[in-house]
Amino acid sequence: MAAAQPTIDIPTVRIDPPRGLIGFDLGPLWEYRQLVFFLTWRDLKVRYKQTVLGASWALLQPFLATVVFTIFFGRVAHLSSEGVPYLIFSFAGTLPWTYFSNAMTTGSNSLVAASSVITKVYFPRIALPISSVLGCAFDFLCGAVLIIPIMAWYGVSPTLRLLTLPLFFLLATVTALGVSFIFAALNVRYRDVKYVVPFLTQIWMFATPVVYSASGLHQPWRVLYGLNPLVGVINGFRWSIVGVGQPPGLTTVASVAMSLAMLVAGTVYLRRVDQSMADVI
Amino acid sequence: MASAALAIKTERLSKRYRLGATTAGYATLAESVANFVRRGGRQAKQERHVLWALRDVSFEVEPGETVAFVGRNGAGKSTLLKILSRITSPTEGYATLHGRVGSLLEVGTGFHGELTGRENIYLNGALLGLTRREIDQRFDEIVAFSEVEEFLDTPVKRYSSGMAVRLAFSVAAHLEPEILLVDEVLAVGDLAFQRKCLGKMSEVASTGRTVIFVSHNMAVIQALCRRGIYLEHGEVQTDGPIQTVVADYLRALEDKAVALDLSERADRRGSQDVRLQRITIRGRDGSGTIASGAPAEFSFELRGMTRGLSCFFIVYDQLGHPVTSVSSAHAAPQDVYVHQDEPHFDCHFDELLLVPGRYRLDVQIHGGGQLQDKVEGAAYFDVVDAIVGGRPLSMGESVGHLVLPTRWVGPESGVA
Repeated sequence: MAAAQPTIDIPTVRIDPPRGLIGFDLGPLWEYRQLVFFLTWRDLKVRYKQTVLGASWALLQPFLATVVFTIFFGRVAHLSSEGVPYLIFSFAGTLPWTYFSNAMTTGSNSLVAASSVITKVYFPRIALPISSVLGCAFDFLCGAVLIIPIMAWYGVSPTLRLLTLPLFFLLATVTALGVSFIFAALNVRYRDVKYVVPFLTQIWMFATPVVYSASGLHQPWRVLYGLNPLVGVINGFRWSIVGVGQPPGLTTVASVAMSLAMLVAGTVYLRRVDQSMADVI
Repeated sequence: MASAALAIKTERLSKRYRLGATTAGYATLAESVANFVRRGGRQAKQERHVLWALRDVSFEVEPGETVAFVGRNGAGKSTLLKILSRITSPTEGYATLHGRVGSLLEVGTGFHGELTGRENIYLNGALLGLTRREIDQRFDEIVAFSEVEEFLDTPVKRYSSGMAVRLAFSVAAHLEPEILLVDEVLAVGDLAFQRKCLGKMSEVASTGRTVIFVSHNMAVIQALCRRGIYLEHGEVQTDGPIQTVVADYLRALEDKAVALDLSERADRRGSQDVRLQRITIRGRDGSGTIASGAPAEFSFELRGMTRGLSCFFIVYDQLGHPVTSVSSAHAAPQDVYVHQDEPHFDCHFDELLLVPGRYRLDVQIHGGGQLQDKVEGAAYFDVVDAIVGGRPLSMGESVGHLVLPTRWVGPESGVA
């Protein structure tokens, strides 16, 4: 009898108490993939509403930072830029760094900022930090367009190395996701994160070769230094855009390993916090 | 697979909340680290202050059933809906849900003021689990239902609150889930829109989908649902035909009001800076008898003080149907406000035009811009029959809730 009726695919959901460290089930996230898109789109739309310059801020942010760094660190402090014009050297570092630090800041705040939604509607909460990072990735892509005029201005001709650039972008994204998951989840319970993140961003920038060159380091310190994933990212950017520094090697491997470790740790921790989030946030 | 046919099945569903520092706010990192060190790295011991919001709740709901949950504040109704809609997870037990769940727990969440109505429909739809194509299909219907066509491309921050609520409800109402969870949303919007919402709910119910409904309005509950479940202290007290369940609930409510002093009751809501201490209801000349059509005075004694205090109460009849509501929020010329050491509100009726019978009061005290105290079944009173407008009344004869003094003109028949 029942078989004669038109059968629609009706899903059955089982709701269970939380159980320790369970692996992350990507099913719900896939189901809500369009939500990730809508949230990213909302973030972008809202970010540039009621601004005169609109999305050109995405270009201006890394560019202005580069100009400031060039004046202070290149002209005044005469930091080494490994023989290439300081501006292009600095831009190759500032562009991914701006992306990462923005992504970390907005990502860490993404869950707390959405607390009114989290306590009232179900959806995979991991969608929030993901879409924050993706929004910043969009800004990065806008800013990256500036590479072309800057390279042309300094007469740096592109090489095949430039094709590896997306890989380093990916490394920056994975790192940003991992860090955002960890801080966003911590922020749910400990609002201290709000004060820690800006401070951490500053320290992290000094620990990353954004304005200076890291080529003075020798092994094994170089690999150890690579445990800061941003070292791998920025070395990779410099190498692929202007061709300075070491080609990707052990240092990069260390960065990739650390980045993946943070992504896994962040995902597991966020998943754990997810189950009691609505009661705590 | 007999269980697959059930829309909802819960098995010993329980939810525990820890009271105290962790729920009062978020802990700081330093506190947690300090606690962790103090415990020598061991797991935290069971806290003393533990509240079971739900305890061993088991029930089954067939597809197409409309079930009402009744119970006092803090009985576990909202917690149950939060678990069923997967917002929070149970501590013990489990639930299975066959079909997509839509909830109208709190409409309008996720709306962003900077985005236009059109953009918010898509964002809200996605939050509720709709795909872009599903929203496209329902878009026109959603817009028509919400009555905000002309403002679709205006940012929602320029909407009136009524418009925003209508739009939000429309999105939620067009989810077309197999299981719909509704919590007291009918209080939103104007009367015409409320009627539309009720219509939508019974439409959903009549198309063979499952509706779980939580409300304090027994009239609406009895009109919409055939089965009820009465929760008390997180446990199921009665599960059965709606009339039985409502009667049980109302009886328990009255027993509690009679047995406990108002100031001792714990089943209240609000920030509690100001608390309701005592309610006294007096009839003519301060007597204890309240008669139809006679003066009456309702006195609400409070403890605590904030600025902008106001008193609001709803009168319910014996069946739990709301009769009328009275509010002091908007001052009128005849109101008198004086300095009081012990704050209280006195509400005077020149003529209490209620039909003889037993009535219940649900009272809310607002102040400082928020709900201070809310007690259901805060007081009960009996109205006795009397002479209204020179005419006798008696308990059995009057229909409805109101007695109105009247003056008639008719044919002279008796004297002829």
